[in-house]
Amino acid sequence: MSGAAAATLTRPAIRIRGLVKSFKGVEVLKGVDLEVAPGSIVALLGSNGAGKTTLVRILSTLLRADAGEAAVNGHEVSAEAAAVREQLSLTGQFAAVDEVLSGRENLVLIARLRHLPDPGSIADDLLDRFGLTEAGRRRAGTYSGGMRRRLDIAMSLIGDPAVIVLDEPTTGLDPQARLDVWATVRQLAAGGTTVLLTTQYLDEAEQLADRIAILHEGVIVHEGTLAELKALLPPARVEYVEKQPTLEEVFLALTGGAR
Amino acid sequence: MSTLALADTAALTGRSLRHILRSPDTIVTTAVTPVALLLLFVFVLGGAIDTGSAGSYIDYLLPGILLITVASGVAYTSYRLFLDLQGGIVERFQSMPIARPSVLWAHVLTSLAANLAAVAIVTGVALLFGFRSGASVLAWLAVAGILVLFTLALTWIAVVAGLTAKSVDGASAFSYPLIFLPFISSAFVPTDSMPGPVAWFAENQPVTSIVDTLRALLAGTAVGPEIWVALAWLVGIGAVAYGAAAVLYRRRMR
Repeated sequence: MSGAAAATLTRPAIRIRGLVKSFKGVEVLKGVDLEVAPGSIVALLGSNGAGKTTLVRILSTLLRADAGEAAVNGHEVSAEAAAVREQLSLTGQFAAVDEVLSGRENLVLIARLRHLPDPGSIADDLLDRFGLTEAGRRRAGTYSGGMRRRLDIAMSLIGDPAVIVLDEPTTGLDPQARLDVWATVRQLAAGGTTVLLTTQYLDEAEQLADRIAILHEGVIVHEGTLAELKALLPPARVEYVEKQPTLEEVFLALTGGAR
Repeated sequence: MSTLALADTAALTGRSLRHILRSPDTIVTTAVTPVALLLLFVFVLGGAIDTGSAGSYIDYLLPGILLITVASGVAYTSYRLFLDLQGGIVERFQSMPIARPSVLWAHVLTSLAANLAAVAIVTGVALLFGFRSGASVLAWLAVAGILVLFTLALTWIAVVAGLTAKSVDGASAFSYPLIFLPFISSAFVPTDSMPGPVAWFAENQPVTSIVDTLRALLAGTAVGPEIWVALAWLVGIGAVAYGAAAVLYRRRMR
């Protein structure tokens, strides 16, 4: 479906209106408005301390807003927190996996907490899908950063939530692991899941998102497609610049990770 | 709803019990210091202590040692809760459709299992070194019940410490005064051998009534009114700590 047309016809998966939140007198969110269309990928772009994580925590019912509305598939986060928790899954900033349990035990635990039948086979399916079958019996504490993040995202997918929120999903990952996460996010959206991801990396937003919202000093300063955002600036001038490979391209070529 | 709460608590308790089974050293560590104290007092200091009671000194000493075991064991509970809060896994659980209190109850039930295991080890060692009890099955059940209440009350204090701690060290520091409290009670020596103000404190703090009750039950002698004082302390402390933990937990999640 074409994102813009569908957005006007269907109820937004996430709808935020005039959201305000302060901590000890410091206003972090000053009236945020944002809509995310079902099945789209929206990147929330902002520098450190812009309020991205605060917004994400309000959406996932971990924090109460001071004013304004936030709804997930029509369910208001404060009044219908239980319904929101059924529909939305959060992957936080720090890869919250249990390091003592194995990867498989982590998945089984989440499946049990989501009250699903046959947690074991759900876990095995996800291990397979995320290339963790071999590591599945090892303690998650022994995993590399990329594997942890894959396990983390796999845990968020249990119960097929309609909306996935990824808070800085690639912060601290090496380039190869970053590409793996990007591929996973694209797969999710292709399967109809709505994805809201926060990032401080401009190229990540550029690579993944259907629409980009820029959060700056507590408000969304601009929201639109990449083309729309680019059109905000003066038209491109033609300059001749020698095309050097980026260090990332060099790194991936040397380590054989290019895909 | 309540069956879901039970299922969630069971799932999360299974998780933290696994943590303990994979690092059983935490239970052994909990038991080592009380066992060392037991041996020190029985074989080094005990010969010079006149308890004025008929039984051997190890019989006199064991109830206090068991309380010290629990007091040091609950520090692991606040430590584990603190790490869960730090690592973000509590937030992950909270963002899911689960009964929220089950996160705390899982830690509490795990604490109960771990501390009773440590208490069993210490009691086993005491038996090896000559502890004997002529208590009836009913009296043993009463001893177990009081130790369970004691562990629950101290565990809820540990939960408060875990919820409010700013650092790993801070999370377990609360247990030092709790471990020290039995020394200023009737656990090691009779309170009437202490100078006035100290004796007054010792006689009126919770440990003395609990120790005296356990000692009477284990000796198979008549239990006096101190059992009601002990139960009132245990239920009171447990209720206050539970209330504080519930408020702190709810406030944290806002």
